[in-house]
Amino acid sequence: MSGPEFVLGDVVKVLEPDATVHPDNDPGLSPERCVALYEHMVMTRALDERLVTLQRQGRIGFHIGSMGEEATIIGTAAALDETDWLFPCYREFGALLLRGMPLQAYIDNMYGNANDPVKGRQMPDHYSGKPYRFGSVSSPIGTQITQAVGFAWAAKLRGEKLAAIVYFGEGATSSNEFHCGANFAGVYRTPTVLVCRNNGWAISVPAEKQSATDTFAQKAFAYGLHPIRVDGNDLLAVYKATREALALARAGTPVLLECLTYRLSGHSTSDDPTRYRGQDEMAAERLKDPLPRMRAFLEKKGLWSEAKQAALIAKVDADVKAAVEKAEHSAAPELDTMFDDVFAERPWHLREQYEESKRAPRAQGHGSH
Amino acid sequence: MTQMNMVKAINDALRVAMRQDSRVVVLGEDVGKVGGVFRVTEGLINEFGAERVFDTPLSEGGIIGTAVGMALYGLIPVPEIQFADFIFPAFDQIVSEVAKFRYRSGGEYTSKMVIRTPVGGGIRGGHYHSQSPEAYFIHTPGLKVVCPSNPYDAKGLLLASLRDPDPVLFFEPKRIYRAARADVPEGEDYTVPLSVAKVVRPGNQVTVIAWGAMLYEAIEASNKAAEAGIDCEVIDLRTIWPVDIDTIVNSVKKTGRVVVVHEAPKSCGFGAELVSLINEKAFDYLEAPPTRVTGWDTPFPYTLEMDYLPLAGRILPAIQSVAKY
Ligand SMILES: Cc1ncc(C[n+]2csc(CCOP(=O)(O)OP(=O)(O)O)c2C)c(N)n1
Repeated sequence: MSGPEFVLGDVVKVLEPDATVHPDNDPGLSPERCVALYEHMVMTRALDERLVTLQRQGRIGFHIGSMGEEATIIGTAAALDETDWLFPCYREFGALLLRGMPLQAYIDNMYGNANDPVKGRQMPDHYSGKPYRFGSVSSPIGTQITQAVGFAWAAKLRGEKLAAIVYFGEGATSSNEFHCGANFAGVYRTPTVLVCRNNGWAISVPAEKQSATDTFAQKAFAYGLHPIRVDGNDLLAVYKATREALALARAGTPVLLECLTYRLSGHSTSDDPTRYRGQDEMAAERLKDPLPRMRAFLEKKGLWSEAKQAALIAKVDADVKAAVEKAEHSAAPELDTMFDDVFAERPWHLREQYEESKRAPRAQGHGSH
Repeated sequence: MTQMNMVKAINDALRVAMRQDSRVVVLGEDVGKVGGVFRVTEGLINEFGAERVFDTPLSEGGIIGTAVGMALYGLIPVPEIQFADFIFPAFDQIVSEVAKFRYRSGGEYTSKMVIRTPVGGGIRGGHYHSQSPEAYFIHTPGLKVVCPSNPYDAKGLLLASLRDPDPVLFFEPKRIYRAARADVPEGEDYTVPLSVAKVVRPGNQVTVIAWGAMLYEAIEASNKAAEAGIDCEVIDLRTIWPVDIDTIVNSVKKTGRVVVVHEAPKSCGFGAELVSLINEKAFDYLEAPPTRVTGWDTPFPYTLEMDYLPLAGRILPAIQSVAKY
């Protein structure tokens, strides 16, 4: 076999400790774009916090967020071309909103109401986003990896110049689908970037227990992919590394991009991380929070201020409040919708079952919100 | 006797088994330090150590495949699948390997293990944290399938499953994990035999068959039916497969009327098998067509989950129509 020679390079970093950027390292984002992406990270974080509160208040059933991983998720998504596709794991609502899904649609998904684009069928944070070239969240770990590879493969077969990016946690590198996906990507040289969000934990299992390799990126070697590791809390570095990865992928060398980040929250609102990780670790990781790092960079350039921050937070709060208000006043999906989309057309047995369900007493409980 | 819920009772069964038999090991995602996402294995790693309780990498195929190897070696693995909805990456190992080892090796090998996994809905889990996939496994010759409905049975059935020579899928109804506490002899060894159903409410007019969380819906509907003068006999299967056919047939011979309840979708659900068995073995005694009250033939929904589940409100009319047929 011949192919490009792979070496595990250094971790890509752009933001210096003093919040500056070395000119040689500059990914070339305009000041406006830098501000916009920072604002999007802040919005994502604020939304996350609000959703956790709503869950604690019993107003939504569940939330799985991206606290600490905003630079990884938003930096990768920002690097895509309009025509590229994105296959999510379940923490990528920031990317979905960046790609244009309206906040209201996302909040409706959190409520599973009649306006939810996926019709209240799945748990909160299990959105789909075809209009935004964004896949569909499935709980089973890893399933999206092979699918993204197949999508990019199909586009390649049709001569369409697009790339597909697929997200998963480091835990998912243990899944069958990761290994199959990486292998197929390598064999068919599909324009795919496999983004491993190495956030340190798979629920309670630390990354060190997930794999005996020193890095997750080095798994690329086994499949003929190119490995890149990046400081996943450095928005500019993530953007830069993803551009590089996309260029390689488009040219026929799929990439395994390991983003070194950290899950600052529990796994989801169902999880209590104090049971398995220490305060010291948390404190150390908070210092690497991607949001203050990007903010310091913008402030140093005179692009940001406390007043702007306060105004942004106020705007996000108002937007979220309005969306929540509307979602809470929207009806639950009609009973009828439960029987739609099982098949393109409803066969006899589902028509019968729908009639039967109409005669049954409506259940009390989770249905109303 | 100690009052405990089903989570604690299963935990106690694992402790009893692990104290007695050093071959018993527990493996799965998050089963160590946090004791599983439902805390069923809580504290086991402290008592038995990291050589017997393993937080595995995130791979159900890996968990079950290595458990098969451990079983071939002579250990008794108790793998946990975090939610039954995530058992499918291990489907090949379970269906092609676990189920068939004894048969295909002419009895040379067995892959004795007890696969524990939470099943069922009613917990706002949507498609992938709610399903009841028992029928796939019953359809595979070589697997036993158990589903307890209360803490006492859960402990006794798990101990019996561990001692049974065959592989067992132990389905834990998560909606009632913490619902009720019952007297369970803590630290003591006892078994509830496999393939023995329990008549939890004797009656003469309609047989209602259920298991797991739906048992309570069946009981509630039967109590309401009693107010309307219909006397139901409620059977808790406890072991779904091989089913206790005698208890069912004896009941149907008495009542001539049957309602089967399960959460899984109707078509090819275990209810279909029960109705066929009843037709084959008690046709002459039937006074009404056996009826199923089940989940609809759709994926498990989120917002409408309580309209999906075969709750008492849907069971009662079925009992009434079977009774007056
Ligand atoms: C096949 C499968 N097994 C188990 C689970 C339960 N589960 C949900 S998330 C998770 C951990 C995922 O960790 P990782 O891949 O690192 O992603 P992260 O949540 O850290 O982003 C587990 C075990 C699942 N969803 N799917």
